[in-house]
Amino acid sequence: MATKIQNKGEIIEMKSTRQAFGETLFEVMKKDKRVFSLTADLAESLKILKVKESFPERFIDTGVAEANMAGVAAGLAIAGYIPVAGTFAVFMTRAFDHIRLQICQNNLHVILVGSHGGVSNAADGGSAHALEDFAFLRALPNMTIINPTDYNETRQAFLAAIDYPGPVYLRLYREPTAQITESAEKFIIGKARIIRKGKDITVVASGPQTAEALVVADRMSDKIDVEVISVPTIKPLDKKTILKSAKKTGRVITVEDHSINGGLGSAVAEILAENKVGKLLRLGLRQFGESGEYSALIKKVGIDSGAIIKAIRQLIKG
Amino acid sequence: MIQTNRFQELIQIASESRLLALEAMYHCGSGHPGSAFSTIDILVALFFGGGIKYRANNPNWKGRDYFLLSNGHAVPALYAVLAKAGYFPEAEMKGLRKLGFGAQGHPHRGSLPGIEISSGSLGQGLSVGIGLARAIKNKKTSQKVFVLMSDGEQEEGSTWEAVMLAPKLQLNNLIAIVDKNGMQIDGTTKDVMPSLDPLAEKYRAFGWEVIEIDGHNFDEILKALAVNSASGPRVIISKTIRGKGVSFMEGSIHWHAGKITDEQYVQAKKEIMSNVN
Repeated sequence: MATKIQNKGEIIEMKSTRQAFGETLFEVMKKDKRVFSLTADLAESLKILKVKESFPERFIDTGVAEANMAGVAAGLAIAGYIPVAGTFAVFMTRAFDHIRLQICQNNLHVILVGSHGGVSNAADGGSAHALEDFAFLRALPNMTIINPTDYNETRQAFLAAIDYPGPVYLRLYREPTAQITESAEKFIIGKARIIRKGKDITVVASGPQTAEALVVADRMSDKIDVEVISVPTIKPLDKKTILKSAKKTGRVITVEDHSINGGLGSAVAEILAENKVGKLLRLGLRQFGESGEYSALIKKVGIDSGAIIKAIRQLIKG
Repeated sequence: MIQTNRFQELIQIASESRLLALEAMYHCGSGHPGSAFSTIDILVALFFGGGIKYRANNPNWKGRDYFLLSNGHAVPALYAVLAKAGYFPEAEMKGLRKLGFGAQGHPHRGSLPGIEISSGSLGQGLSVGIGLARAIKNKKTSQKVFVLMSDGEQEEGSTWEAVMLAPKLQLNNLIAIVDKNGMQIDGTTKDVMPSLDPLAEKYRAFGWEVIEIDGHNFDEILKALAVNSASGPRVIISKTIRGKGVSFMEGSIHWHAGKITDEQYVQAKKEIMSNVN
């Protein structure tokens, strides 16, 4: 699964976050009998075949029935289990009603896992791209939304989610993406991290777009001093870290593999407006996606390093 | 004779429960009396006829059977029966649909003792029931899960997602009850969704055991509740009358929901009281 890419002579390992999820779930279920795995016909895609084979008494495949999966998960949670219910992020929309009333209104400790986030199920085309999950889940009280940066962080984020009360949504990606975090770094839900210090402009990034932002910061370092903030927790948002940086640089760019409406960009816009801070430019999708190769597609829809560079130049020019 | 006395007692409790629910809906000026009154006899049979195991003074008792109301709009009936059973004082009924009280317009899990799930958006309760029933299977106890649904609710696609899954999991501890009063908001189920019937055959085709009963006949209800399923889930299709017990509501298209006027309240109370000793 792991491949490698090169950036400025540096080797970056590429690994998939869904792989991290499957491996970590197996490891956790081996030790923790409270954890119960569910999927809606996507055990292979979610990399949980080993879970299915090893723990049949704590595994349900609901078939292609996402709403039912969310409802069954709620019942298991009421009975004391920690259900981990996974499907493609794009199909979480089908479960929204059950997530809202059964899981969120009752603040049940259910971990929802949406794989193939954003346009990462690239070749399958627009119908398979998940561009609204942050938006509709962000509107729900009690819901926590985590969009891990990479393979290592997915593992740590999942471990944190197991110990976190209430509903948690974990977004994964189909394609291997750049590995930039340390494997032993403990994940703190709700905490953003400045992963590169700068003074001219702030790039607030989430998920695999964080690596894109880092590449940009490196490439532009001789002209512009870019600060990069990694925001794996979309909700609750680490307002303090983002505002502090925005006050310092006065310019903010957000980048995410999600609709321009309702996701990280919107969340950041809200806090900047409420605090009358900085100029903002948001990168995300303003259109439905289409089939293509992943790296070509993120370029076309404007959420790759090239789009970030363009946005930085535009904002600096003012 | 003993049987007759037992049924008389249940009829008495059902009438008292109807009265409680009626008063609460009358005082708050809204609610869904049609479904509340079609379901109330089943609820009385469950909580007073030995249908389910519970401890009203310890509602979260770990050995209890679960009762989930999936058609949440019928909740005044459940509040009334739970109050009668001693889960909370009857005075809680006065808070129905009022700000700051536990008796929410639709069930909210934990807002009053005995309210196990939230509902109101149809087509969710059976899924939650499956999760609970599956968890109980791992505990290897004899606890059961009862899920009450409406017939209109059978039109929700998610209901059938759950109907399909339960036999696969061999949940013989799961008992669904369909309150088949034959009516929904826009008219009779025959008019709104003619292909809803035959309902029993649909459940059988999915691998469920089916029992069809008159949902106002305590003898039939208690017998159906007492059956132990062998291998899989069971559904009790309970034929009922919308608004049962109040003549002008019975089978009326107008009484899914509505405000009960002063005159209607007096009339309804009189009719219900005629069954109370």
